[in-house]
Amino acid sequence: MSDINKNMTPPVIEIGVLGWMKKNLFSTWYNTVLTLIGLYFIYLIIPPFLSWVFFDATFSGTTREDCTSSGACWVFIKQNMKLIIYGLYPSDELWRINIAYFLLTVSIIYLLIPNLKYKGSVGIFLLFIFPVICVFLFSGGLGLENVETRLWGGLFLTLVIAGVGIVLSLPIGIMLALGRRSKLPIVSLLSTIFIEIWRGVPLITVLFMASNMFPLFMPEGVNFDKLIRALIGVMFFSAAYLAEVVRGGLQAMPKGQYEASQAAGLTYWKMMALIILPQSLKIVIPAIIGSFIALFKDTTLVLIIGLFDFLGIIQFVGTNPDWLGFSHEGYVFAAAIFWVFCFGMSRYSQRLEKKLDTGH
Amino acid sequence: MTSETMIEMSSVHKWFGELHVLNDINLKVTKGEKIVICGPSGSGKSTLIRCINRLEEHQRGEIVVEGTELTNDNRSVEKIRGEVGMVFQQFNLFPHLSILDNCSLAPIWVRKLPKVEARKKAMEYLKRVQIDDQAHKYPAQLSGGQQQRAAIARALCMEPRIMLFDEPTSALDPEMIKEVLDVMVGLAEGGMTMLVVTHEMGFAKEVADKIIFMDEGQIVESKNPTDFFANPESERTKTFLSQIL
Repeated sequence: MSDINKNMTPPVIEIGVLGWMKKNLFSTWYNTVLTLIGLYFIYLIIPPFLSWVFFDATFSGTTREDCTSSGACWVFIKQNMKLIIYGLYPSDELWRINIAYFLLTVSIIYLLIPNLKYKGSVGIFLLFIFPVICVFLFSGGLGLENVETRLWGGLFLTLVIAGVGIVLSLPIGIMLALGRRSKLPIVSLLSTIFIEIWRGVPLITVLFMASNMFPLFMPEGVNFDKLIRALIGVMFFSAAYLAEVVRGGLQAMPKGQYEASQAAGLTYWKMMALIILPQSLKIVIPAIIGSFIALFKDTTLVLIIGLFDFLGIIQFVGTNPDWLGFSHEGYVFAAAIFWVFCFGMSRYSQRLEKKLDTGH
Repeated sequence: MTSETMIEMSSVHKWFGELHVLNDINLKVTKGEKIVICGPSGSGKSTLIRCINRLEEHQRGEIVVEGTELTNDNRSVEKIRGEVGMVFQQFNLFPHLSILDNCSLAPIWVRKLPKVEARKKAMEYLKRVQIDDQAHKYPAQLSGGQQQRAAIARALCMEPRIMLFDEPTSALDPEMIKEVLDVMVGLAEGGMTMLVVTHEMGFAKEVADKIIFMDEGQIVESKNPTDFFANPESERTKTFLSQIL
């Protein structure tokens, strides 16, 4: 090799904003037309939307009479905030929900800060201890006053349903996926039947059956709480979908991983828990989080069995004669909050993928 | 040398569907013996050693490892797997665990060793295969030769009485074969009982007590290295040797 070659550097690529635009937006006459049409639509939609949401909107006041501008009336949301967040939960007992919100927020923030110690313990607290605390806090017992679940509602109820669904459906889904791949014909058959039945039925049907038909099969006097029935329905529904997601991950595992674990003397459960599941779950993190996001949004369907979740209660307060005509504000607010939660989950999924990447 | 029997296979048969992959295998391995198994691909040599730790099930005949017969009873399988270490062609390290965790996992979860002790032992074996400086890396960060040496260390951490090698150098780049073979020679000199499926005839000459040639599921020839290379009896062995030497 000559000395000249040694000093060669890769060619400098210079594009810049104008270069980029020329290459990507105005490269041919029809791309130019498309770009201009696109810009026109953005001009039509975005400025009016922003002025409705922010610039012309009313933020202060207490009644609808304060909303005189042409923009959104956020007073409507502000005045009904308590209902939207807590449902009909008794005012004197709201501190119980606030404690739970607080614990949840603190734990999640702790888990999100990188490089802290005791993250494992916080995770275990969140998955196993926190739910038990919540059961007592929310429904009563141990000296706390009983609060019937028909009073639960709003964002609080949405988080309860989604939380229970997410935390319980993953382990059930994993067991179903393992069961479907089991060498024992009975286990495999039962898991397959279970998965296919739940996947073949719309969630709305599941909720209807849980709410209306299930009591018919029960002996007289036996009555399960309606919320618990809905929770079980949501949980199994989500578990069946997760089972198929997890099964996809299991099938992506090379045979050599099973053989190396077996040769090392690991039993089936240890092999699954230590070698196979950690790797295959990692592969399907995006799909698992996708399922969770779908579950979170599907919780709005509980409205049809008379539970007032976040969206349901917003619709409900919109029918209050004092606030008729403000349903747009309600829906935009609901969409924004749903988006924040779902986008948060999506970002967390990406972080988790990056963090767990070991280069294979 | 004592002649304690470590492995005894008698009239072992196995089929993959219609294909008779193991046809009347009789093999006795004594303590400290090093056996090299060679033969064309599809001759059943890998299947033979994989039957010893039950990665494949034999269908007829009897396999006794250290006095325990291999049956469908899980306990006998687990007991034997604890005594037999295996090294694979594709290394099969656990990619989500560091090299150190790869090595200490089975001692902790199968042997129930305390974590600290298992890690200490893992470091010793990693030092022996000269990759203790890579202990905290993940498998994907290592070269093929380093990965295979880590896989050998992982198997050794269980302190097995028998080591099975299934074409340990076939997936390696040429310049890395030697570093793995050196580790295996060292292991052989330490008195380990070894069954090695390989095409490395130099290694066979140097280390083996016995070379077995297999073809179409049968043991065609079984001799000490000198006789094996000097006077092979069967035509098939002669053809094979002429092709690879």
